[in-house]
Amino acid sequence: MSEIVKKFMYLNRKAPYGTIYAWEALEVVLIGAAFDQDVCVMFMDDGVYQLTKGQDTKGIGMKNFSPTYRTLGDYEVKRIFVDRASLEARGLTQEDLVEIPFEDFETEEEIDNIVEIVDSARVSELMNESDVVFSF
Amino acid sequence: MADTIEVDGKQLAVDEEGYLSNLNDWIPGVADVMAKQDNLELTEEHWDIINFLREYYDEYQIAPAVRVLTKAVGKKLGKEKGNSKYLYSLFPYGPAKQACRFAGLPKPTGCV
Repeated sequence: MSEIVKKFMYLNRKAPYGTIYAWEALEVVLIGAAFDQDVCVMFMDDGVYQLTKGQDTKGIGMKNFSPTYRTLGDYEVKRIFVDRASLEARGLTQEDLVEIPFEDFETEEEIDNIVEIVDSARVSELMNESDVVFSF
Repeated sequence: MADTIEVDGKQLAVDEEGYLSNLNDWIPGVADVMAKQDNLELTEEHWDIINFLREYYDEYQIAPAVRVLTKAVGKKLGKEKGNSKYLYSLFPYGPAKQACRFAGLPKPTGCV
C-alpha cells in the first residue's frame, strides 16, 4: 500500500433520488474506505436530504438506501459534515438527520454521532485543505 | 440466459456468479444447496455468520466488506470470532463473498 495519504473529500450536493448520484457517491465512499486514505464526506445543497430520517421510497419503486449511511462509521469514515446554511434553507435541523455512530475497535472509544453541522467558513476551510474533491 | 438452482423442489434464479437474483427468494435451504456446490457442510458456526449477515443487510441494506464484517462479528459473537482467520476457516472462498452468497445477499460492496 502506498505511503502517501491524500485528503479526499466526497461532496454530495444532490437529492437522494431522481438521479443516481447519491447512491453512486455512497458506494464510492464505501469502496474507497478500503484504501486507508484520509476521507471526509460533505453534504450540502439538496445533498442534505440524503441524511434525513424516515425516508420512504415505496411510491417511487427505488431501494431506500438511507440506512446504509449509518454504516459509514463501521467503514472508518469518521469525518462527516453537513453545511448549516443548506440545512436552514430547507427548514431542517440536526434533529431531522440520521445519527451515525463510530466505534474505535482498538481503543473501544465510542461516539454516538459523528455527523457534524458546520458553517460556511468551515466548509471552505475543509475544501481548501482537501487534496482531491469528488463532487457528486 | 439466467441459471437456476433447485431448492426444496423450487427453481430459483441465480446470476453468473451464483448469487441469488432475487433477495426475497431466500429460504434456509438455499444455503444448504449452495454449500453442497462448494463441498461444505454447514455447522452452527456457519449459520451464526449467515444469520448475522442477513440481519446486517436487513438493518443497513448492504452486505458488509470483510473488514467491516470481522469487526462486527467480533462485537456480536465474541472477540475470538472477530478475525479473518476464523471466518476463512468457515468460508474458505472468502467470508464475505461466500457467506453472502449462502445468505442470499448481493456481492458485498467493497469487494474488489
